[in-house]
Amino acid sequence: MAVIQIERKPLSFAERTYLPQIASGLKTTLKHLFAPTITMEYPEQRPAVPAGYRGVPTLVMDPHGREKCVSCQLCEFVCPPKAIRITPGSVPADQPDRAHVEKAPETFDIDMLRCIYCGLCQEVCPEEAIVLQNLYSTVGYTRGEMVNDKKRLYELGGTLPDQHFKWDKKKAAEEAGNDRH
Amino acid sequence: MATEFAFPDSAAKNAAAAESQNETMSLSMGPSHPSTHGVLRLQLEVDGEVITKADPVLGYLHRGDEKIAENMTYNQFVPYTDRLDYLAPLANNVAYALAVEKLAGIEVPARCAGIRVIVSELARISSHLMGLGAYGIDVGAWTVFLYTFTEREKLYTLFEELTGARFTTSYTRIGGVARDLPNGWTDRVLAFCDQFLPILEEILALLHRNKIFLDRTADVGVISKEDAIAYGLTGPNLRGSGVALDLRKDKPYSGYEQYDFDVPVGTKGDCYDRYACRGEEMRQSVRIVRQAIAKLPGGEVVARDARRIVAPSKDKVLTSMEELINNFMITTEGPQIRPGEAYFEAENPKGILGFYVVSKGGGVPWRMKIRSPSFCNLSILPKLCQGEYIADVVSILGSFDFVMGECDR
Ligand code: SF4
Ligand code: SF4
Repeated sequence: MAVIQIERKPLSFAERTYLPQIASGLKTTLKHLFAPTITMEYPEQRPAVPAGYRGVPTLVMDPHGREKCVSCQLCEFVCPPKAIRITPGSVPADQPDRAHVEKAPETFDIDMLRCIYCGLCQEVCPEEAIVLQNLYSTVGYTRGEMVNDKKRLYELGGTLPDQHFKWDKKKAAEEAGNDRH
Repeated sequence: MATEFAFPDSAAKNAAAAESQNETMSLSMGPSHPSTHGVLRLQLEVDGEVITKADPVLGYLHRGDEKIAENMTYNQFVPYTDRLDYLAPLANNVAYALAVEKLAGIEVPARCAGIRVIVSELARISSHLMGLGAYGIDVGAWTVFLYTFTEREKLYTLFEELTGARFTTSYTRIGGVARDLPNGWTDRVLAFCDQFLPILEEILALLHRNKIFLDRTADVGVISKEDAIAYGLTGPNLRGSGVALDLRKDKPYSGYEQYDFDVPVGTKGDCYDRYACRGEEMRQSVRIVRQAIAKLPGGEVVARDARRIVAPSKDKVLTSMEELINNFMITTEGPQIRPGEAYFEAENPKGILGFYVVSKGGGVPWRMKIRSPSFCNLSILPKLCQGEYIADVVSILGSFDFVMGECDR
């Protein structure tokens, strides 16, 4: 096994006078004086957020503007700090083309004071209905304001351009009579 | 020379006289003191400037992590491991996953192991950068901190890209990692390494031949080899005392045996040796990262064949009923780990982080014990501080580079 010993040489006289250090320190200072700045004037300037960033969790709709969540409550179960509260309900009657989906959340709250942005909800969701967005600063004056309800979650989430249409495929299979499940 | 004060009555005069003869005074250092690196409180007994007794008081950051672990599935606990040594969350994630995998008896694919080595070493660099920078401040060298923070920021950008978060990475899962490397990420890591080495030299040059720094660190807080072993010190604090124990060499995991690197050890065991070990370890970490990237194989990043432990991939969940059910089972019941117990320890930046996991079967640990390096390292403080000056306590604490998040857990 390769072991290296930390070397300890006694300081030379010049080093003990501290003068060479002052000179080399000034040299370094000068070098950095003309180097580009590395700080950022937040909030005027904002850092670029990479793809796959784990920001505020939101609900998303499919490209036809339909709700994707089927209120299976898996995200509610997995959320380690228990930030999600869901009341399951049925698909609204005014959406007949989704009647075969059967379930949709009646209420869906995410408490941003509890959320730790872990991303487990997105990871387990079988519908890709809950997605962590690029948003990273949430503010509010009261605790109540920090709870995102269903309406707010869809506002923040918007539409996800995926093309799964899982339930439409299932409906087509049902109508064709080869639905196994 | 004692100054004579006019005392209003003789009782007060007697009391004052008794006080001046009373040798010691007690002094609370912390829990909110800039040099105690978090919420450590030192109950000191001082005789003038000299410490006669030091009692570390812990627990201000206690969250009951071990108990929390008993109430959730193995994967749900991963975010909690971020919050142990929060200066190197990736290394904690890796150590935890390896512990549970040891109990489950599963092997992760070579690519996953390689990625884990890369992220652990990057975490080591970022932790040591923070340690060095904070140490600089403790002993009066502000500049170092600004330099190291700049470098650490670059690493955090890389972590953010990889895991989706800068700080709370939650990157591993039982049986793998949460995501594969993004395109071009390894190139950016290599680019970071290339520019980092000269800057590291510049950072170390600010300190290691600096007379003021040497006066504050050399021959201060000397820990003998025997004491270091007796008190169970690990990590750079142990190696600074000349004991070449490094689990990456002595009990290799995650394929560390494939990589070529050296273990720095000190000769005296003083604050300077501990600091210098960290500096050298960063150089060695860069070496490991480069080799690990060069050797990184392709393939899966999760152990797909462990069907009762690893959740199926998202495209399968979306298209297949069986996989959907499996996803539900693994999420709600947890990864199915066989009954038994396992202890696994990893060489983390701060020392040896161990997880002792007891399972009675199912997806939730029955008991989990976390051996945190900071906690064990601090155990020597009462002995070490005795007879030192108050100002040197700051220097000694800084040289330990502990984190209360994992100490109190
Ligand atoms: S968001 Fe996803 S996981 Fe959560 S209830 Fe809706 S479908 Fe289920
Ligand atoms: S990101 Fe994590 S903490 Fe936040 S709602 Fe999702 S599962 Fe819960």
